[in-house]
Amino acid sequence: MNATLELTGLGPLYDALRRAGYTVIGPTVRDEAIVLAELDSIDRLPYGWGVRLSPGGYRLRRRDDGAAFAHAAGPQSWKPFLHRSRVKLWEATRTEDGFEVKDQPPAPGRLALLGVRPCDLRAIAIQDRVLTGGRHTDPSYAARRDGAFIIAVNCTEPGETCFCASMGTGPQAGPGYDLALTELTGEDGPRYVVDVGTDAGALVLDDIGAATADPGDVERARAEVTAAADRMGREMPALSLRDLMADSLDAARWDDVAERCLSCGNCTMVCPTCFCTRVTDTTDLSGDHAERWQLWDSCFDPDFSHLHGGDVRASAKSRYRQWLTHKLGTWHDQFGSSGCVGCGRCIVWCPVGIDLTVEVAALRDEAAEAAEAAEAADQSTG
Amino acid sequence: MGPVARGRRPTLAVWKFASCDGCQLTLLDCEDELLALTGRIEIAHFLEASSAAGEGPYDVSLVEGSITTPADLDRIRHVRAVSRKLITIGACATAGGVQALRNFGDVREFASVVYARPEYIATLADSTPVAAHVPVDFELHGCPIDRRQLLEVLTAHLTGRNPDVPRHSVCFECKSRGNLCVMVAHGTPCLGPITHAGCGAICPAYGRGCYGCFGPSPAWGGTRPNTRALLPWLDMTEDETHRVLSTFNVTAFREAPSGREADDREADDREADDDASQ
Repeated sequence: MNATLELTGLGPLYDALRRAGYTVIGPTVRDEAIVLAELDSIDRLPYGWGVRLSPGGYRLRRRDDGAAFAHAAGPQSWKPFLHRSRVKLWEATRTEDGFEVKDQPPAPGRLALLGVRPCDLRAIAIQDRVLTGGRHTDPSYAARRDGAFIIAVNCTEPGETCFCASMGTGPQAGPGYDLALTELTGEDGPRYVVDVGTDAGALVLDDIGAATADPGDVERARAEVTAAADRMGREMPALSLRDLMADSLDAARWDDVAERCLSCGNCTMVCPTCFCTRVTDTTDLSGDHAERWQLWDSCFDPDFSHLHGGDVRASAKSRYRQWLTHKLGTWHDQFGSSGCVGCGRCIVWCPVGIDLTVEVAALRDEAAEAAEAAEAADQSTG
Repeated sequence: MGPVARGRRPTLAVWKFASCDGCQLTLLDCEDELLALTGRIEIAHFLEASSAAGEGPYDVSLVEGSITTPADLDRIRHVRAVSRKLITIGACATAGGVQALRNFGDVREFASVVYARPEYIATLADSTPVAAHVPVDFELHGCPIDRRQLLEVLTAHLTGRNPDVPRHSVCFECKSRGNLCVMVAHGTPCLGPITHAGCGAICPAYGRGCYGCFGPSPAWGGTRPNTRALLPWLDMTEDETHRVLSTFNVTAFREAPSGREADDREADDREADDDASQ
């Protein structure tokens, strides 16, 4: 499975995926953004489009090449396709002597995810761990995940808010893909160096008879991905985030964030690893029919921590702290890794541009100042 | 409150105070569900639909409108007294409505300009939500309220469960239904991040910014919404900002007027009471 192949266009790959029964999901331009949606043709890829990213800002821009994957993370990750925002768990109908409960079998998905960035590939692995790797499996997620075919695309064009390199998740795709492409642009349009990750990936390539890659192209592809690591727009401070989070629970910086945070929940909903859901029961007017739904939830929702007597995390400060310390700190204890993959979506899609890399740097500086002050106090008393 | 015993249909009353009737009409707008609803609930008092008003007390009262006159003050106490459960519906009843713009001005000055004989006008200095005067069991926000949410509240009451009416922001609804963020991607000013969900994010779904008709989301734990943090990002002039916050939920979004003291306003109200009784 180490063969490196090459495709001059993605049409044959798309057709092979369709023949294999996959619905192909990939990037496409809609509403002035590059969104992920079902592709009814390979021509829907965003050829010649790039993006300009900033805290709280996202704009399309034209490129002077025909690249389909020269854009960084978009409005949503693959989460809405695998971990859906609304899932019906069961329904029940009143009978003469009680209720008849009808389980909702998870809808099997057969999705080909075309254009999964290394950061998002890592995010899928993290959600796999959370939703299928413990004692309790999310059946809806598991069904859709089992049927998914993943075509990763290595990153050669990181965005202004990207920091996968400092999180160790990119720009080179890690494990978990069926196929991984690296896009090379040229005068004849883009061509793709292909790494094969699984037997299923090899089968698809056999079907279309992909050629062995030109060694020069392979070298250029590797070099462009390596170079992308140095062009990240952001960097997460290099230190043990787990320790910093654990030591920062009383930091003054949380009050500063709370002054700016709207508690709107956008960061959690665009985050490719945030997984929280709530469960709600509905009944119809007759009272004879009930349904149980699983819906996306967020630690920024006041109801998220509602117990009898009130909301445990009543302030914006306590909610932001919960989100960041879980994402970067206690996630390690719970799931054995960081919960952040460096995609930068929480920075771009925060309506007021709160940047977690800036917040972490501020927490680091505050901790360093506190340590210095403590040392100075020790010396003066010693 | 536990489930209503089967056998007797619970009675429903609908009341109007200072309002446009739009929220009451939402009940009539439940066309497909209206027959099923009247099968479960006896609509005993609903002047918008029928002049035949049944006697109280009522199991559930829906109250639309804000309290703006001395007569309203008496009538809302009566409504509370004849209602087992009192549910306020809409921005007027929950926040004072657009007519609460008067709270930032001098209503007697307005009356002197508008009416030939302002002394005939019996009105209070402020337009206030129902909850400022009597205990309210549930507040349903919106201008107008959302049909699905109204049915959810009534259905939940019939079943004896809590209604699923989340308190989070409109952004939750945008992200759940896959709307693109009009603020981040288009630079369209949007109050969604600080606005109470419930509409299903209609405006952003059509490429418009949210203008806050459901009032602020109480995501700040009872304190004022963080409007101040959002405003610099809306890229609006001071006048535009003032206008966008001066609509149906003006008292909920805007800071209280600083020039007038609460004591003065109470004195105004007492004088208005005296005027009305003359």
